[in-house]
Amino acid sequence: MFFTKLLKMNLFTHNMLTSNIIKGVTKGYPLGIEATEVKTSEREFNPDFIGRMIPRLEWPAVVEGAKMLGQDAVPEEVPSDYETNEEFLKQAHRLLLEVTVQEGNLICPESGRKFPITNGIANMLLKEDET
Amino acid sequence: MACMKLQKLQGYLEDVDIFENPKILLEQYHTSPEIAAQMIYLIAFNDDNIQDKCIADLGCGCGMLGIAACMMECGQCVGFDIDEDALAICRYNLEEKEIENMELVQCDVTKMELGTKWNEKFDTVIMNPPFGTKKNAGLDLLFLRQAIAMTTSTGAVYSLHKTSTRKHIEKVVRDSWELDITVVAELHFELPKKYMCHKKASVDIYVDLIKVTKPEKKRSKEKVTKKHLMSS
Repeated sequence: MFFTKLLKMNLFTHNMLTSNIIKGVTKGYPLGIEATEVKTSEREFNPDFIGRMIPRLEWPAVVEGAKMLGQDAVPEEVPSDYETNEEFLKQAHRLLLEVTVQEGNLICPESGRKFPITNGIANMLLKEDET
Repeated sequence: MACMKLQKLQGYLEDVDIFENPKILLEQYHTSPEIAAQMIYLIAFNDDNIQDKCIADLGCGCGMLGIAACMMECGQCVGFDIDEDALAICRYNLEEKEIENMELVQCDVTKMELGTKWNEKFDTVIMNPPFGTKKNAGLDLLFLRQAIAMTTSTGAVYSLHKTSTRKHIEKVVRDSWELDITVVAELHFELPKKYMCHKKASVDIYVDLIKVTKPEKKRSKEKVTKKHLMSS
């Protein structure tokens, strides 16, 4: 068996990351994604979990992120019956948890500042003069 | 409900890799497998706040607590830490254990409050923050405040603190922040000699597992003012 790199950044985490911690950046959201390595790996589908997460997320940022990662079949909007809409939940599960970035950068939409993703870990640390 | 036994969970955590060279300024010391297992077990079985839940591990270090939560079948766990070396060990542990539902973010937890998108996203926050008793006084409360911000209105924060700081923490949480706090358990840590400033071979310390939640009346207020995020 070959060694698979399991750790990665997914769109669930991307949904919460902002760059408005940078001095002068007001919104800094959603962050651009420049991926040099995108991977899709199957994960157990947990409809209850995904259903509970949907209202906490900003769906337009999921759509934007998914497109930046070259995904098609991205539902533009959350259907009103999302909690029981299995087809939607499966798509959301895939986009949020299964499509992942191992190497690349997150990019502040206002300043262009790059946050590197290395080995699946996004580095959001700022230098002192940036805050 | 996950039915893993406490001993099995602890045994599983025994071979989680820990800090080789802990950094004193970050007050790094690992959470022992015993403490981590007891803590996560209590949260899972007494409160049902692990299984299928969205969990944050603040100052995750080598990932002991987050890995324990993943073992108890949490939905998703996000670990946050400032230190690259700790995250590298954590990453190794996750790969070794083939854990797929934990993610890591490198950031300064005490400055994250400025990134408000994390607010009210997690059902449960678990953490073993710096005790804030070295040169970084107050860090423990900064972690706690950040943890509270990140939990949903019905969520809970579980955090380890020195028993000697209990009165102070209770006062701040209850009086200044107007939140509910309970001491869930008193635990006993044996801190092996890791830092040069420890004179004895090991130091016994007593820690509280505290639980912080938002009171009912605050919750209902929040629900009225909170707009749904989907359309924003």
